[in-house]
This record gives sequence, C-alpha cells and structure tokens, in this order.
Amino acid sequence: MLGKLTIDALPFYSGVAMAGALTVVCGALGVVAIITWLGRWRFLWSEWLTSLDHKKIGIMYVILALIMLVRGVVDALMIRTQQAFAFEPHGYLPPDHFNQIFTSHATIMMFFVAMPFVLGLFSIVIPQQIGARRVAFPFMNSAGLWLTVSGATLVMISLVVGRFSTAYWTAYPPQSGMQFSPDVGVDYWIWAVLLSSVGSILAGICFLVTIVKRRAPGMRLMMMPLFTWTALCASILIIFAYPSLIVAAALLGLDRHLGTQFFAGSDGVLNYISLFWIWGHPHVYILILPACGIYSEVVATFSGRRLFGYKSLVYSMVAITGLSLVVWLHHFYTIGSGVDVNAFFGRAAPLIAVPTIVTIVCWSLTIYLGQVKFSVPMLFTLGFIVTFLVGGITGFLFAVIPPSIHDTTFRVAHFHNLLIPGALFGYFAGYQYWFPKAFGFRLEEKWGRRAFWCWIVGFCLAFMPLYILGFMGMPQRLNRSDVADWQPYLIVAQAGVLFIVCGVTFLAIQIGVSIRDRKTLAASSNDPWNGRTLEWATASPPATYNFAAVPHVQGIDPWWTLKQAGTLDHRSARFHDIIMPGKSSAGIMLGAMSFVFAFAMIWQIWWLAAAGGLGIFAAVLSQTFHDHAGQRIPASEVEAIESRRGVSPALGREART
Amino acid sequence: MTDAVITADHGDETNAESAQRAIEEKTYGFWLWLMSDAIIFALLFAIFVAMARNTADGSTHTLFLLPRIFAETMLLLASSATFGFASVAISAGQRRRAIVWLGMTSISGLSFVVMEISELYGMAIANAGPWQSGFLSGFFALIGTHGAHVSFGLVWIVLLGCEIALRGLTPIAASRLYRLGLFWHFLVIVWINIFSFIYLPRLL
Repeated sequence: MLGKLTIDALPFYSGVAMAGALTVVCGALGVVAIITWLGRWRFLWSEWLTSLDHKKIGIMYVILALIMLVRGVVDALMIRTQQAFAFEPHGYLPPDHFNQIFTSHATIMMFFVAMPFVLGLFSIVIPQQIGARRVAFPFMNSAGLWLTVSGATLVMISLVVGRFSTAYWTAYPPQSGMQFSPDVGVDYWIWAVLLSSVGSILAGICFLVTIVKRRAPGMRLMMMPLFTWTALCASILIIFAYPSLIVAAALLGLDRHLGTQFFAGSDGVLNYISLFWIWGHPHVYILILPACGIYSEVVATFSGRRLFGYKSLVYSMVAITGLSLVVWLHHFYTIGSGVDVNAFFGRAAPLIAVPTIVTIVCWSLTIYLGQVKFSVPMLFTLGFIVTFLVGGITGFLFAVIPPSIHDTTFRVAHFHNLLIPGALFGYFAGYQYWFPKAFGFRLEEKWGRRAFWCWIVGFCLAFMPLYILGFMGMPQRLNRSDVADWQPYLIVAQAGVLFIVCGVTFLAIQIGVSIRDRKTLAASSNDPWNGRTLEWATASPPATYNFAAVPHVQGIDPWWTLKQAGTLDHRSARFHDIIMPGKSSAGIMLGAMSFVFAFAMIWQIWWLAAAGGLGIFAAVLSQTFHDHAGQRIPASEVEAIESRRGVSPALGREART
Repeated sequence: MTDAVITADHGDETNAESAQRAIEEKTYGFWLWLMSDAIIFALLFAIFVAMARNTADGSTHTLFLLPRIFAETMLLLASSATFGFASVAISAGQRRRAIVWLGMTSISGLSFVVMEISELYGMAIANAGPWQSGFLSGFFALIGTHGAHVSFGLVWIVLLGCEIALRGLTPIAASRLYRLGLFWHFLVIVWINIFSFIYLPRLL
C-alpha cells in the first residue's frame, strides 16, 4: 500500500537529524497556524498563489530563495562546525549524516536559492525594464515557480521522511548508484532536480520570448538595459543547457531502478560527468550573468552616469555566453580525458577571462567617471569587484597549472569565491535596489550596511583559509581529519561562517525594521535612486498593468532621458481599457501534483504515482483549452489608479515631441 | 492629437490584435521548446554512440528485422504525409476533411507505437533487454524516448481533433494544430536519424 515507506523512514538514527526534522515540521505548522489565525487563506489563495501577475510571481520566487537560503546557511554552519572540531575524535556528526548535509547544502544553494533568486528578479523587473505590461506566457511563469517550489519541498521533506543523498550535489556514479546508495536519498535528489529543471526551462522560454517579442516600440536590442541583456543570455543558456541535466538525472534513475548500464564502468562514469557538466558549466553563467547585469544597473545608477562602454559590456556578456558552452571539461581535468581534449579545454577556459576583464574595466571606469553614492546595493557591487578578482585569478590557476590543487579545498574556495561575490552579492544588490519597486518603500540602510559588512568579512574569513588549506593538500569533503596543521585554518573558517550567519540575521532584521518604518522609508519610493531605466517609470508598487500608456524608446536609459527633458507632468488625457491575464489555479495544482507524483515514485507507491500523473495531466489540460483573453480593466479604473499617483508620466508622448 | 497616436499604437490593443500576437509568441516559444527537446535527443544519440561498442559480446546484427523496421518507417512517414493533408484542409477551412486526415494520422501513428512496443517487448523477453549491455541501454533509451513522444503526440492529436469537432476551426485552434504539426514532423525527422544511424548500419 505504501511502497517502501515504513515507520523506519523517520529520522530516529540521530538526534541532530531528529532536531532538524522537528524544526521543519514545526516551522511548516507554525506558518499554517499563523495564516489560519489571521484568517488570510482566501486572500493568500486568490491574490498570490493563483496570481499570474509577473511581479507577484517574482516576489514569491524571491521569498522561496530567501527561505531556502536560511536552510543552506544552517547546513553550511553545520559543515564548518564539524570540520573545525573533528580533529581526531569524530566531531558531532556521523559520516553518513555529514554527507547528507554536504549534499543538501550545495543542492539547495544551486537549485533552490540561486535559481529562484535569479528567476524572481527576472520576473519582477524584466517586463518593466522593457516597457511591457506582462510576460509573454503568464501561465508558464506560474508553472515554473510552482515546479521549483515542489522541488524545494522534496528536499525539505527528505529531512523528515527518509534521508537525503550522500553522493554530493554532483551525484557521480558509482557512488550514486544502487550499490553504494541503496536508500531513497539519491532518488530525492533526482526528482528535486528534474522538477526544478523543467520549471527552469519553462521560465527560460517565457523570459526569452518576452524579451524578444514584447519590448516597447523603439527599443532595439542595443538599447536594452544590461540586466535585460543578461536575462536574454541566461535564458538562452537555460534552454540549451538544462536538457543535459534532465538526461543525466533521468538516466541515473534508470540505472538505479531498471538496471540499465549507462553509467557502468569507467566509460559510463565519464559519460555521466560530461552530461552533468555540459549543463553545470553554463549553469555557473546562468547564475553569474544576471548578477553582472544587476551590477551594471547599480553602477550606472549610483554613479549618476551612463554606463561606460555599454556596447563593450553587451558584447562581453554575449561572448561569455558563447564560451560558457564549450569549457565544461575544465571541471574534471584530472579524470584523464587525454592530452588533446584537455589541451582544447585548457585553452578555451582562460579565454573567458578576456570578456570578464572588459566588464570589470567598464564598471571601474563608470565609477571613476561618475559621482558615487555608497548605498547598500553599491557596497555589494564594490565588494564583488574586489573579491571577484581573486576568484578569477584562482580560476586561471586551475586552467594552467598542474593538478595538485584540483579536488582540494582550493576548489571549494574558488567556486564559493565565484558564487558568493559573483552571484549572491549581485542578487542582494538587486534585492536592495528593486525592493522599493516591488513594495513601495526602501529597505533600511543601517542594517543593510551591517549585513553587507558581515557578509564580506565572513566570506573572506571562511574561504581565504580554504585556499591555503588547498595548497597544504587538504582534500575537499572531509568529514574529519588527523592533520594538526589544518585545524587552525578550519577554526578561522568556522569564525567566518558565524559572520555569515550574522549577515543573514541582519538581513532579516532589516526587513522587520523596514516594515516598521515603512512610512518614512516610502518617501520618493517611485524613483528612490534617481534611476535610469524604464522600471522606475512605473508606480511603486506598480499597477497590475505596469504602464497605463506604453512608452516609446529612443535610446538607452530612456527614463533618464525623459527626466532630463522635463516632460514628466503631462497627464495622459485619455485612458483605454487594458486586457491583463486573470488568475489560474492550474500552476499551483501542477506543482502540487508533480510533488505527489515525485514523492510516490521515490517511495514506489504506484497507485499514488498514477493519481499524481493524472493530476498533472488534468492541470495541464485545464489550461490548454482555455481561450480566455484575460481580464479587461476598464479605462475608468485605469484613470482612477493613475490619478492616485502624484506624477503620471505620459511616456507615450515622447515619440511625438 | 498625440493621444490618438498612443491609441493607434498600444494604448488599446484590440482583441483580434492581441490574439494574433499571442499566437505569434506561442509559435516562437514552441520552436524554442522544440530546440530544447532536440538537444535531449542529440544527447541520447551521443550516449548511444559512446555505448555502441559495449555489447557484452552479443551480436547486434541479429537483433533487428529489416521488414519490421521498414514497416515502422513507412507508417511514420505516411502519418507525416497525412498530417500534411490535414494542414492543407485546415488552411482551406475544411473542418470535416481535417478531422478525417487527423484520424488517419493517429491510426498510422498508433500502429507505429504498437509495432515499436512489440519490438521492444520482444527484445526484452529474448534476453536483449536494456539491462543486458550499454548498447542496449542506449538503444532502449532512444527508442523509448521517441516512442513516448509519439504517444504524447497521439493524445494531443485526439484532443485537438475533439476540439475542432466541438468548437470549430477557430484561429487559435488552427494555431494549435500548426504547433502540433511542428512537433509531429520533428518526431519524423528524429526517426529518420534513428533509422539511418542506429538500424541501417546493423541491418546492412
């Protein structure tokens, strides 16, 4: 009746795991209780969960990312604590549990923090930046969100029911095969990855079509804001790279359960590793390019000038996009692919440094030539520029020097160096920068600065020692060690992660303080940073339709140009009906049914899997033959909404004046 | 006067305009999805090639029967042609004829899937299942993925056939059939590759 699911699936094996499970269960019950107590279920369902509004979907993506960030950081704290104190005695975590935490930390950070953060910022900002009223495919956007949510839920539920994979986030066979991982851990990993991959592809298609087809009249490609450009590049990479991860994960599942021979033997293992990194390397750029886009927006806005070298920046982003598809093998030089193959990839990989340096120079010159305001988004940007250089240089070392540092903590330090300053700081900058756009009030500065300093100090303390340990020869992923020389560095790294925990706490405090002081922080929230691009032309928070009159664009930084021309106080004399997508519960039903299906497949509860499969079919079907044009917002209502705004910029006039 | 310009441009997109635009966007998005799907097939081909010599000492030349493969190919090619006739009927607005041709397409598609399943089943019970060797794993994955796509396409044909039977040949239904056509012909192209690179070298 319940397949492989028995009472033994509960985490009785360790007190620490039991505590984790209880935290998850109590957290979930607590949220349900609070919403019930406030009586907000109906509101939540009709205004948020079934919404097809791109801004609300984006906000939900970011909330998911922030919740999962807390889980990922707690995992990191547990890993660092174990390594700092597991000298000779065993530390506090048994090896099996340590490996689960190791795997879930990386899986969560990659798939359920970084991806939703990126897609959430796309969803909130991109349509407004290109002067569009909505995304091309509102339902696909919602489906992408809910598939990602159900993937994240699978990872969270694995804390309570069964266990998570111990094969690390890369799930290389044979360790991820049936012989070495007979329990459901790897299956949880496979299904979480599959669901979120499908969600990401849907989102990638949605944003690519939106950018290509829905730009405001007059906005040519070379007038798009940099963030939109990087979203375009990242969407292309998502569409091309994610199929490879789907194939890798699906075939791994077949090997485990049908006994196929895809990844058996050394050839087979190499096939898996290639498939994984054909996705994995572009994925790094799917995460980093949007951050570069955010840095570009932030640098231009807070330096008060047009970006230096806009075209060079665009070409660099495009070059990085192309190169990122042909360098995947540098993730496994040491595996022995032969001299010629290694030589090709060994030459291609350092080439990425060229466009990267161009971008750094462009940002630095923009800052140098402008008048800089050191607000929180700018601090994160500057922190990125300084620390990212270290990450870039160490990447260069990987490409050119002998393999002694491969597979050591040097590598751990290197990719955290790229993904924390390179990606996460960018998302934080974007979060601080666009928060007033989404909610109508700024985030409080003081706690933002404190959070920034904790993050950057914590990052340096946590990862610089790992570079040194790598040179000293410490392998990655050790759950304990018997080398006394390593321990002082590991204790410093432990101190670093404590700073990062403070950074997360301060970000949480910042939200609380900002909500408390939202009246004072709301001042000038329509355009709090004196922005340059079109998203600052909408109200904050924007009306459902973003723009009452669709803007005409004649160059880059159209909002800045418009402000300089001083044509802001014109009111659009006549308003018109606007058709917007309505609501749909199909997206959340699709996510829920996918979760049921995946959970049933993991535990081999076949009747439940059949029910889940039918549910997926029904959810998709209900949407497929829905020929609705959407909701019509009458002109009178548009006028009422617009007259409530202090300033109603008649953007449509610009083409004529 | 300027407001009139806004009106004509975008202030008030008519229903027909926005429907037309939605169709264009969906077609473009569907092409992107097909590209993503094509990469899945490309990777499965690559895996198959990488596995082609891992035959666990079994002969690969006795596995396949030329008449059966030929019949499967003909069925699928015929379904592509009948779908083409359906498309012609749709653009001429002949609903009844379109439904007949779609019916023909689904019959030949269904026969193809049945033949494919019986082939795979026959191999599996004759000690040539996907677990026997890397070669067979790659073969089953490729044929299975293709067969699953064709089956999905069949469900889709039936659903769209019902739609135009019940609701008529609306522009949006016609655009759905157009995208289904892209999908169906794409699957035929994949099959041509399977026939040429997987079956033929082992049959000749």
